[in-house]
Amino acid sequence: MSEPILEIDHLQVEFRTDEGVVHAVDDVSLTLAAGEVLAIVGESGSGKTVTAMSLLGLNRSPNATFRGSARYRGTQLLTASEDELRAIRGAEMAMIFQDPMTSLNPVQRIGDQIAEQILAHEKLTKAEVRDRVVELMDRVGIPRAAERARAYPHEFSGGMRQRVMIALALSCSPSVLIADEPTTALDVTIQAQILERLKELKDETGTAIILVTHDLGVVADIADRIAVMYGGRIVEEGTVDEIFYDPQHPYTWGLLGSITRVDRDRGERLPSIAGLPPSLLAPPEGCHFRARCPHEFERCGQGPPLEDRGAGHPDRCWLTVEQKRARRVVDDGEIGLAAKVAVEASPEGLVDRRETPPGAPSRVAGDAGAAEDARVAEEDR
Amino acid sequence: MSANGDTPLLEVEHVKQYFPVKSGVLIDRTVANVHAVDDVTFSLREGETLGLVGESGCGKTTLSRTVLRLLDPTAGRIRFRGADITRAGRRAMRPYRREMQMVFQDPFASLNPRKRVAQILGAPLRQRGVRGADVDREARDLLDRVGLMREHINRYPHEFSGGQRQRIGIARALAMSPKLVVLDEPVSALDVSIQAQIINLLEELQDGLGLTYLFVAHDLSVVRHVSDRIAVMYLGRIMELSPAGELYDKPIHPYTQALLSAIPIPDPRENRARRRIVVAGEPPNPIQPPPGCVFHTRCPRATEVCRTVVPPLTEYAGGHLAACHHPLNVTREEIAAATISDASPETAGQVKPDFVPAGEGGDERAPGSGGAAAVEA
Repeated sequence: MSEPILEIDHLQVEFRTDEGVVHAVDDVSLTLAAGEVLAIVGESGSGKTVTAMSLLGLNRSPNATFRGSARYRGTQLLTASEDELRAIRGAEMAMIFQDPMTSLNPVQRIGDQIAEQILAHEKLTKAEVRDRVVELMDRVGIPRAAERARAYPHEFSGGMRQRVMIALALSCSPSVLIADEPTTALDVTIQAQILERLKELKDETGTAIILVTHDLGVVADIADRIAVMYGGRIVEEGTVDEIFYDPQHPYTWGLLGSITRVDRDRGERLPSIAGLPPSLLAPPEGCHFRARCPHEFERCGQGPPLEDRGAGHPDRCWLTVEQKRARRVVDDGEIGLAAKVAVEASPEGLVDRRETPPGAPSRVAGDAGAAEDARVAEEDR
Repeated sequence: MSANGDTPLLEVEHVKQYFPVKSGVLIDRTVANVHAVDDVTFSLREGETLGLVGESGCGKTTLSRTVLRLLDPTAGRIRFRGADITRAGRRAMRPYRREMQMVFQDPFASLNPRKRVAQILGAPLRQRGVRGADVDREARDLLDRVGLMREHINRYPHEFSGGQRQRIGIARALAMSPKLVVLDEPVSALDVSIQAQIINLLEELQDGLGLTYLFVAHDLSVVRHVSDRIAVMYLGRIMELSPAGELYDKPIHPYTQALLSAIPIPDPRENRARRRIVVAGEPPNPIQPPPGCVFHTRCPRATEVCRTVVPPLTEYAGGHLAACHHPLNVTREEIAAATISDASPETAGQVKPDFVPAGEGGDERAPGSGGAAAVEA
């Protein structure tokens, strides 16, 4: 890969709230090369959007603290002034937001909104701007662009609005495009169109893309590299093939195991990750995934650093590569949650806390357990 | 549809749901109709899960609401356990309401933020006739059943995460001891790991309580995982209805194939290996649905007949129905053996589809369809 255009180094983001300090992003380091697609995946609240927003200074507030560094071609983004950021936003780094329904101004014509963005960075005549707007709308696949430029957002469907967002983001040919769940609100056939369009744009212009998403299908389709985030940290980072075919972190196994797949039959229960993500108000000591991890042992009390433990790509889990490869279930080419093998002999005193599968069947009312509980409840009262 | 003699739990026959588009300054005149659901027929057997899929605006949510009689159908007939409820009034509907419940998409908007869980679950329990201390006990049992803690009974909705709220929504539906539960995008607002938890819960509940599900979703991978049969809707019509596995292995309708092909598979190598069919354009306006087959404007196989004649729902072997003049993945013999289904729209033509050999007319491979492999060398 060529030299990175964006370098994030030990980024930490905290927000002071009434309930305490939220450690939203904790020690995130990433690099992005020109023409590359980096996917940041994780559940809601894992810090992926905060990471992306921090790059453009979109979440600055008196209550937010940023530590570490994020450099775009030599500019320190975390400490850049508003003027410096304004010059970068849109022109150098642009963002596509998740919700095309609320990200556009409802009382301004589509064409005018795109024109505004262009004029913020370039001096052009009215006619030149108009041509540019139509050309952009055309490029993202909006039919009858000249006519549609005069329409208002409510006259557009979700897919069309997301195209407008992409046209907006591309209006000044940025080198970095941050796409936060760009297709989540769209139907699959439209999603496929948008993804194709993004791929074409990347190939044509060499724009690097940071794709924030929870959809592993989209990731498999378009990404070059993946960073898996959990509880504000990157728990594993590698190329698409490394993450999908040699995942090292138990959270990644769970994530890959719990997706329903269109090319798989109605089968057994889906492996699911029991429990909920940790509160970032008081993140647990040590590994953040500990409380939900079937492979937890004493050492997990100390937070494992993100490092290559012999697999060829870095992860944050103390288990050795051999242990990981043995525990991860790979049957029929499918990687499922390792809970299935958890009952097998556990070497080196690894603790196995899970006796029943995650989210074990709840008791059926009327059976002994429920009756017992009901009696206890009666007595409580 | 099924050969066995017992009545299906729910029968929907040629149901139409139009919404008037009004115009005029003083007098509202109906100038047009949105054809949200346009002549749909299906039935649901007890204990089965029917997945209803399609893109937004295809009428799947409207259909699910019409079936529950939350809307008054424009035409057609709805039978619940053999009883005609198409025109039943409020009072007449009441005994049936208890047996048909709904779980909504948005767990944040579908629970009253000012009511505690005890009240949210207590209301339907009282409606069912539960009284006194039994209300609290049953409410706690329900929480237990959906995988929440019994102590959570006094909390407010905002104290729960999205997945937990969806569990409360499910508990509320179960409070009425329903037979039929309509699940309208029950997991699409949730994270993947939480989706898996909720899907597992729904399957457990179905096994434990013998529930019948109408599972409305746009996500075909989720639907594949839960459904026995799947109906694919497009612009208010059923394009294809088939046993779940078969729909994916052998899609007959080009729209189904396009829909399947559009879903990225979370497996980079398989994803790279398969050919994607990206259908151009967007669904047409349901105020003026195109004549003939409603999909012909986007269909790669469309011919003259598609533009003029509404394709009949044709029943192929194994209860696999599809409405297409140029079906995929079927042999000449299979077409010969097929019959035009009673579920076919009343306006549809009566001519069975013609046979298009594989490899012609834009025939492409869909995920898992082994049959259409190209022969080389």
